[in-house]
Formats: sequence, C-alpha cells, structure tokens
Amino acid sequence: MSAPALLSVYNRRCVDVSDIPVHEAEKFASTLATSVAAGWRIISLFGVPEDSQILRICAVVANDDRAQLGVACTLVGQEYSALSISCHQAARFEREIAEQCGAIPKGHPSPKPLRRHSPDHAPGGWALRPKEQEVFSFDVVHGDEVHEVAVGPVHAGIIEPGHFRFQAYGEEILSLEIMLGYQHRGVERLLERSERGRAVLIAESIAGDTVIGHASAFCGAIEALARSHKTPRGQTIRGIALELERLANHIGDLGALSSDAAYQPSAAYFGRLRGECLNLLMTISGNRYGRGLIRPGGVLFDIPPAMVSEAVRRVERLRDDVRPVAQLLFETSSVQSRFDGVGVVSAEQCRANGYVGLVARSSEVPRDVRHDFAYGVYRYAQIPVATAWSGDVYARALVRWLEIQRSIEFVLEQLSALPHGEVRVDCGALRPSELVVALEEGWRGEIAHVVMTDAAGSVRRHKVVDPSFHNWSAVSAAMPGNQISDFPLCNKSFNLSYAGHDL
Amino acid sequence: MFDFLRARFRQRVGPASLAPNESGLPDRFRGRPVIAQPHADVATDGSNPRSKALPEHRGRSLPIIDLGRSVFAPEEILLFDQQAAAFSQDYRMATSSRSALLTSDGEIELAHALDHKMRRLFGRSLRFRLVAAGSCGGCEAELAALSNVVFDMARFGIQFVASPRHADGIVIAGAISANMREALEKTYEAVPDPRIVVAVGACAISGGVFAESEAVLGGVPPSIPVDLWVPGCPPHPLTVLDGLLRLLGRVDHLSHTVPRGARDDRSTPSP
Repeated sequence: MSAPALLSVYNRRCVDVSDIPVHEAEKFASTLATSVAAGWRIISLFGVPEDSQILRICAVVANDDRAQLGVACTLVGQEYSALSISCHQAARFEREIAEQCGAIPKGHPSPKPLRRHSPDHAPGGWALRPKEQEVFSFDVVHGDEVHEVAVGPVHAGIIEPGHFRFQAYGEEILSLEIMLGYQHRGVERLLERSERGRAVLIAESIAGDTVIGHASAFCGAIEALARSHKTPRGQTIRGIALELERLANHIGDLGALSSDAAYQPSAAYFGRLRGECLNLLMTISGNRYGRGLIRPGGVLFDIPPAMVSEAVRRVERLRDDVRPVAQLLFETSSVQSRFDGVGVVSAEQCRANGYVGLVARSSEVPRDVRHDFAYGVYRYAQIPVATAWSGDVYARALVRWLEIQRSIEFVLEQLSALPHGEVRVDCGALRPSELVVALEEGWRGEIAHVVMTDAAGSVRRHKVVDPSFHNWSAVSAAMPGNQISDFPLCNKSFNLSYAGHDL
Repeated sequence: MFDFLRARFRQRVGPASLAPNESGLPDRFRGRPVIAQPHADVATDGSNPRSKALPEHRGRSLPIIDLGRSVFAPEEILLFDQQAAAFSQDYRMATSSRSALLTSDGEIELAHALDHKMRRLFGRSLRFRLVAAGSCGGCEAELAALSNVVFDMARFGIQFVASPRHADGIVIAGAISANMREALEKTYEAVPDPRIVVAVGACAISGGVFAESEAVLGGVPPSIPVDLWVPGCPPHPLTVLDGLLRLLGRVDHLSHTVPRGARDDRSTPSP
C-alpha cells in the first residue's frame, strides 16, 4: 500500500523538509496505525522542536517486502493523544519522545522512562519535569511462591550495564522486564552540535563493536546531504570493512554461545578466530575495530596490492579454520540440546514489534537492508539473505554461521576485484532544510541515521536508531516459559547492544 | 572424539608473545605517538584542544600531548602541532599517574609495580571486577579478549571475577554516565581494602569523545583513586596486559619508553 499520506523516500536520498506531509493529529495516528497493520514497520518515530511551543513528530516507516520507505509528520503541543493507543509498535518510540522532548503522550499503555535522562530536545517554551520525578516501577506478578530476581546494572561478566527484573516461579520465568539507560552518553546532542571531524568520531563510538556500521550510516547521511560523489573503490572498501566487522562479531558470538553452553573447544577456537578478523581490520585501518577508516567522502586508508594479497591469504585461512570449529559446535548433541527450542521468538512477534536484523531473520522474517534497500557496493554484489525458521537460540546460531560463510565469500570476491581510482573525495557543505534517511545493515541489523538540516545548512536533528532499539523487547518476549538458568545463553544469542540502545 | 582432536591439532597456535618486538602489530597500528623534534615555540595558550595542560605543566614552554585525552584517531597527528609526529607501533602506554600521560615528545614513564605490602597481600595474582559506566562497549570487548587463548591473561594469574567482594580491585571503562555513578561508587565501596583501581580507555581517563556531554562525568571521579591508567580507544589488549603486568612487578627492566633508534633495552640501565 503506497499511501498518499506518506512521502516516498529512498535510502540515502534527500528530500526537502517542506515536501514532507504534515498531518493533523488524528490523520497522522490513523496513517501510522493502518500502515503498520498493512505490513509496514516503524524505522523511527522522533521529535524535533519546531518552535518554542510546538514539537514536530516525524515518522519514518518501511515496507520491506515492497522495498519502500515513507515519511510523514505531525505537530503537537506538550500534551497529545498517544499514538500507541492505536499503534502498538509506536510504544517504545513514544517513551523516547516523552523523555527526549518533554512531551506527554496521554493514554500511553506504559509510559515508563526509557533511558532516564532529562529532555535535551524539548521546545524552548515548555515546562519540563525534572527526571528525578520519573520512577521506573517494575511490573510484578503476584502469587504464592512467585519470586523476583534482579540482575544488574553491574553484571557478573565482562559486559555492559543493564537491569533485568525477572518474575519467576521456581526455575520457570513468568516475565522479564529490562531497564536500560545506564550507558546514556548524550550521543544525539553531541552529533548535532559537534563539527564534522569530531562528529564522525562520536558516530564511531555509538557502539564500540559496530564502529563500521554506524560510521558508514553517519557518512551516508552526510554525503547525501552534501551531494558528495562516492568512489567505487571507497564504497567497496567500506563493504569489505562492514563484512569483516560482521565476521568478527558473529564468530565471537558463536564462541560466546559455546562458552555459555560450557563447550570449551569451540569457545576457545572461535575466540582466536574472532581476533583474526579484528587483526585484519587493524591491518587495514590501524585499529582492531576499524576506527579511523570510514570518513565522509570515502575511506581514509586504501588497500594496496600487497595488502590485498595478504588479506586474501588470511581470509582463505580463516575460511578453512572456521569450518571444522563450526562443525564441532553444530554436531555436538549436548550443545545442540541446550540451543534447541530455547528463547523462541515467533515470526508474528517480529512483525508486530518491528524486530530487525538477525533476530527477524532467525524467525523467517527476511529483513536485510543490503537486500531490501541496497546501497553502496551492495547494489552490485548481492549477498543471499540468510534465514532460519525456528526462532530459537539454535536458529540465531545457525543464521550467524550462514552469514559467516557468505560474508567470507563476499570479502574474497571484493578483495580480488577492487575497482580502480580514489578512495576518498571531498565532502562539502550540507544542503539546507532537507531530510535524509541513511540505512545500513549492521551486523545486528538495521542501523538508521535520520538527519534533518536547518535553513543555514547545519544539522538540526540527528536521530540515531541502533538495531538494538527495536530488538531489546525481543529478549523480554523470548524468556517467559524458559528456565532462568538459560537466561545467559538466550541473552547471548541476541547479543544486543546496551550502548547502541542508550545512546 | 576424533573430530575434537583433529580440530585441536589444527588450531595448533599458542598464546601471543609479549616481547616488544614480537607483538606482530601491523604498520598502521596507532600506538604511542612519538615526535622527532619537539617544537619549542608553538602556542601554549590552550588554543590547541589536544594540548590542554594540567596546572603543574603550565610553566613549561613545550606543548603537551595528553595520551589520556587522545582517541588515537589518524587526524590527531595533525593536531599535535609538532614536526615529524607519528603514531609508533609501541603498545606500551599504561602509567601509574594521570600526569605521566602528559608528554611533550612522546616519551612517558610507564607504570611501576604496586608497593611491596600490596604485592605480598595479592601474591602473584590479581582478581578484578569490571564496571562499565557510560562506555561504547569497545573497551569491554578488548578486556574480554584478554581471557581468550591468544592473550590468555590467566597464565599470569589475572582474571575477572563475578563479584566485587571476590576482587582485589576494579577495572573501570566508560566516561561515567550519570546513570551509573551510584553503581560505580557502590561497587568500589564493596571491594575489600586494600583495593586497586584501573582506568581503561580514553573515556574513563578523561571522558574521551564524550567529554563535552552533560550526560557523563567525564572520566573516573576524584573520589575514586586510580592506580593504573591505560590510554587507548580502545586500548589494544597488549596495552592493558602490559600495564597489569607492570603493576604486578612482572615487567621490571624498563620503566621508560625507549626513543626511536635506541639500542636493545637490556643494555640500558633502568633508572
């Protein structure tokens, strides 16, 4: 359904802000509700102050099956009728708008704090409630022998902070509620007010294991607004770096899953092999996570012929090394019995809640930005979308293994066929009063950087959506009915980013 | 069973060597910056954001590079305002004081061992609790890598434990978000005395790229005294490991970094 209520946009192609339809509150709410009911999903729903009393709420929605993106806006005062009354998928976004902009969504089913910080995108004339008055109260299940387990923010392992509140009956989890926000660093405000050289460093630091993903999306948005040329060689190197990042994380995750199932051999070997991928990124960029590589206009480092040969040799070695380890993992029945049927997320849940990336693909919902909204080198080189159907820990492990194999092939192909030419060109000034949606398939899933400029060509609003923002509620949805001792394994099978969610 | 043995045989490699010239770090690795000829007449008025001087250094005429604020981005070389500045491949950068991270020519005094009494109490091992507070996750990933078969810090008796009650100290990563301040302080208080604190990464030392954000404190607060400062963004696992081993007194023959072109360090008497 290509509703006329939405302005059609394309990945990394700018539109004039004045062309975006601005609807009355009711029409906006019904547009959103009917689109989502018809199979669209919300990429982002965010607020940007229009003037001292009015907040503009923008919706960016996607129809993956039809490869369509749409944008629409509405203008609201400080109190407005909640969109999530008619559109459940808007709930988390509205909590974010309430927190960032100081707006009050009346009738919201669960208006709890999201990242627990004071509004930093509120219209200047609004009276704001101090954040100390916001209390996060956990939903409690009452009953005989029902107990509550609290974990975090400081966790037992080497992991980012977050709080998990379980309601359990013996070993069985009745419900799980997750409170995040501990990693909130004020990323969006920093991106909006920093000069470009510093902003790209902040983009690299949104999520430390997704440096390439976020930096590429950031640069994609900036380059679109600047109408910057992109060189084939630069775009190909970006693709190679993104897939190396995907490889490092997927291999590391399979190792961590092995570790959580107490299977040491593949935990040890995958741990070493993850390092091989990081060391390749370090050979190219000087940093194990690829910091310093992706810059507006292209990439900072080229891959000269000698380095190409070395990289090909190392990736071929990686391919040969990783296969027997994966075989060990998937053919050891004690490990598989831990993975099987645990932490199930259904396809219906994925569609209803707008889950993206690996989580969706593991439940047979084939969402992949490289395929649906192809950009850069992915317009020329297709990576088959990897899916599994059972939606459990096993499926998420299997999809990782499939993607490892496919990314290795892609990297070898592209290394052997690097286009000639420059790796970076100048990226000039941004066009005024435009909006761009830059999507990237990070290793967890869809990254979105939505940037709006003002009349002077400065960044007016920079909305960052990490795939973890969509997917954290999948962890809560997957746990009920499982044993609490399976929680670390389940959590690891999602491996979502706390920092990416908290910004 | 045979599959497992075959896989083990195939993997054959062992843990990484820690000898300085065997690190295997690539040419483009951005380690400790070195300056061939420090410029005496460059502005010290603080106009260069990368050379903010601590009060005790303001008398000096040379601009200061602050390894604790550096995120080791390639462009930073241009900001050092020096001739012939470059990132070396030297990964040794951990220090025992905040001021030791400031340098005008790239040479720094590396971390020294814990005092005798502490070392007797801790024995030859260190148990740490990690607290990530307003971080991006990069430092945590490198710290987790220290437990893998390549870096294997367990071979030196260093490991991370599940509770601050079991720990000799805490390792802190992140710019210290407002939302984690209380958790950090409580975790620190929960570690029994004597305890040590390691600040890992630019964020924990100075706020890193988030230094200007109101949502973070901008590094470990003064109420928590730090024993080891490990710069980097994120620090390479070898940088962290080198620092921890120096704390334990396991690396005692070289306390200063060696200028480029110097001979083998065994011939240089340690100060």
